[in-house]
Amino acid sequence: MNAALAFIAVLTLASAAVAMALRNLIHSALLLIASWFGLAAFYLWAGAEFVAFAQVLVYVGAISMVVLFAVLLTRRSRQDLAVEPASLGRALSALLVGATVAVVLARAIFATPLAVAPTATPTISVRQLGAQLMGPHAAALLVVGVILTVALLGAVVLAATDRADSKENAP
Amino acid sequence: MSAIAATEPFLERAPQLLRDAATGFLPEPWRWLVNSLIAIGVILAVFGTLFAFLTLAERKILGRVQNRPGPNRTPLPFIKIKFFGLAQPFADGVKSLTKEDIVPRDADQVLHFLAPVVLLAFSIITFAVIPFGRHLVPVELDAGVLYFFAAGAATELAVFMAGWASHNKYSLLAAMRALAQLISYELPLLLAWVPVVLVAGSLSTTEIVTAQAGWKFGFLPHWYVFTPWGFAGFVIFIVAALAESNRSPFDLPEAESELIAGHLTEYSGFKYALFFMAEYFGMIALSGMAITLFLGGWRAPLPFLEWIPSYAWFGAKLIVLLLGFIWIRATFPRLRMDQLTRFAWKFLVPLALINLGNAAFWSLTSHWTGALQLIRWAVSLVLIVGPFVLMGRKLSAGVAPRVYRYAPS
Repeated sequence: MNAALAFIAVLTLASAAVAMALRNLIHSALLLIASWFGLAAFYLWAGAEFVAFAQVLVYVGAISMVVLFAVLLTRRSRQDLAVEPASLGRALSALLVGATVAVVLARAIFATPLAVAPTATPTISVRQLGAQLMGPHAAALLVVGVILTVALLGAVVLAATDRADSKENAP
Repeated sequence: MSAIAATEPFLERAPQLLRDAATGFLPEPWRWLVNSLIAIGVILAVFGTLFAFLTLAERKILGRVQNRPGPNRTPLPFIKIKFFGLAQPFADGVKSLTKEDIVPRDADQVLHFLAPVVLLAFSIITFAVIPFGRHLVPVELDAGVLYFFAAGAATELAVFMAGWASHNKYSLLAAMRALAQLISYELPLLLAWVPVVLVAGSLSTTEIVTAQAGWKFGFLPHWYVFTPWGFAGFVIFIVAALAESNRSPFDLPEAESELIAGHLTEYSGFKYALFFMAEYFGMIALSGMAITLFLGGWRAPLPFLEWIPSYAWFGAKLIVLLLGFIWIRATFPRLRMDQLTRFAWKFLVPLALINLGNAAFWSLTSHWTGALQLIRWAVSLVLIVGPFVLMGRKLSAGVAPRVYRYAPS
C-alpha cells in the first residue's frame, strides 16, 4: 500500500520537476499532464474515485488543451518553443511568486485543524458528494468555475493579440 | 459481479457458467485475477473482430453508396473463393504488420512512438464500465459514467501528440484543429448526458440501465430516448460523439483533401493501423455508452422479446448505431473549421443547457398523472423544440435555403 503511494508520489513529483527543468515548452506541458495523471492516481489510491475521475476529466481533458493551445498560438515557430535562459530578473520574480504561494499554502495547511485519521475509511457515495458540493461548498465551486473561465479567456486574448513583430505587420 | 439466480434463462447465464467452469477450481484471489484477465481477453477478442469487420462493412457500404463495388477481390485463405472480400481485414492486417515503419529524422522520436500507444490504451480502457449484458459489466464503478468520459477525454491529447511530434506542417495544423475540436465538442458531449444522470439519480452505468426498465401501456419501453429531453440529448450526444471520434463530417484533423492525412501523414505500417483501431474502438465505445444512457442498455425493445439474451440486444443496438455512423459518413460533406466551432458554441452548447433545464422540469413533475401527464409532455416538447427552431433559424440566417443556380431543381 505504502509502496504504491511512494511510487505515485515519485512519479508525480519527478514529472513536475522535469517539466520545470526542460526548455521545450511542449515537453513541459506534456510532462505537467503526466503529473496531473499522477495526482489522479493518488486520489484513486486514497479511495476517492469521483475526485480522481473529475481530476482527469477537468485537468487532462480540458485544462491541458487550453495550456497546449496557448503555447502553440503564442509561439511563431518550433525554434521559438525553447525558452531563453533565465535572467536575474526572471529568477527573482520566480522566487518571489513561488515563495508567496508556498507561504499561503503552508499557512492554510497549518491553520486547518487536521483530524486524526479515523480507524475506518468512510464510504461516501457520489450522491452525498454532489449534495456537499451543491450545498455548503457551492461558493467554492462557483469560484473554481470563474477561474477556469478566466483562464480560457486569457488564452484566447493572448492568442488573438496581434504581435507587433509578426510578418503581416512588417513593412 | 453479483450472484446470478438459477431461475434465469440458460442463455442469459451462459457466459458466467462458461467462465465459472473454467476458473471455478481456483482459490479466491487467483480466481478474481483470472476472471478479470478473461474479461479483458474477451473484450479485446470480440471488439477486435468487430473492428476488423466494421472496416470491411464501412468500405463495402461506402462503395455501394458511391456506386462502386468496394473491396471484393480478397479470397478466403486456402480455398480461393472470393466471398464479398470477406478476408480483406486479415489481408489489411498482414499488410500493415509487414510494412516498413518510417519515422521522420526530425520527428520527436519519443512522442512519435508514444502517440498511437496512448491513443489506443485510452480508447480500450473506456470499455471497462459499459454494461454489455444483464450480468456482463467488466467493472462496476459508483462513478462509471464519469470514468468513461475521463478516459475518453485523453484521446484527443494523443492526436495532438501525433501531430506535433511528426514535425510536419500538415500534421501540426491537424494537431491545432484537434485541440480546437476537442475544446468545442467536449462541452456538448458532457452536457448531453448530464440530464440522464439527473433523472436516473446515479452515475453508475448499471443503475442507469436499471432506471430504464419497465413498459408504458405494456409495450412502450421506458428508454430515455422516448422522452422529449432524452431524444434531444441523444441527438446532441451522437453529433458530439461523431466529432469526438474524428468521424466524417467532423474529420477535420485528418481532412485528406486539405491536410493530406493530417496527424497521420508521417505514420506508416502498424502505427497507422493502431490509429485506425483506436478510432473505431472510440466509435464503438461511444455508441455503447449512447445505448446505455439513452437506448435502454441491454434491454429488449418489446416485452415478448425478452427471452432473447440481453447481450444479443446490446449487440444488435450497437450494430444499428455503427451502421448509422457509416451512413452519416457516406452522406454528409465535411464542415469548414469556422462552421464546426460555430455549430458547437452557438447551437449545441446552448441547446444542451436548455435541455438540462428541461430534464430538471421532467424530474420535478414525475408525480404528475392523468391529464397533467399530457401537460408535462407538451411543456417538455415546447421547451426543446422552440429553442431548436429559433436557434436553427438564427444560425442558418443568410445561408439557407440554398439556391441551385446551375443544377436544375
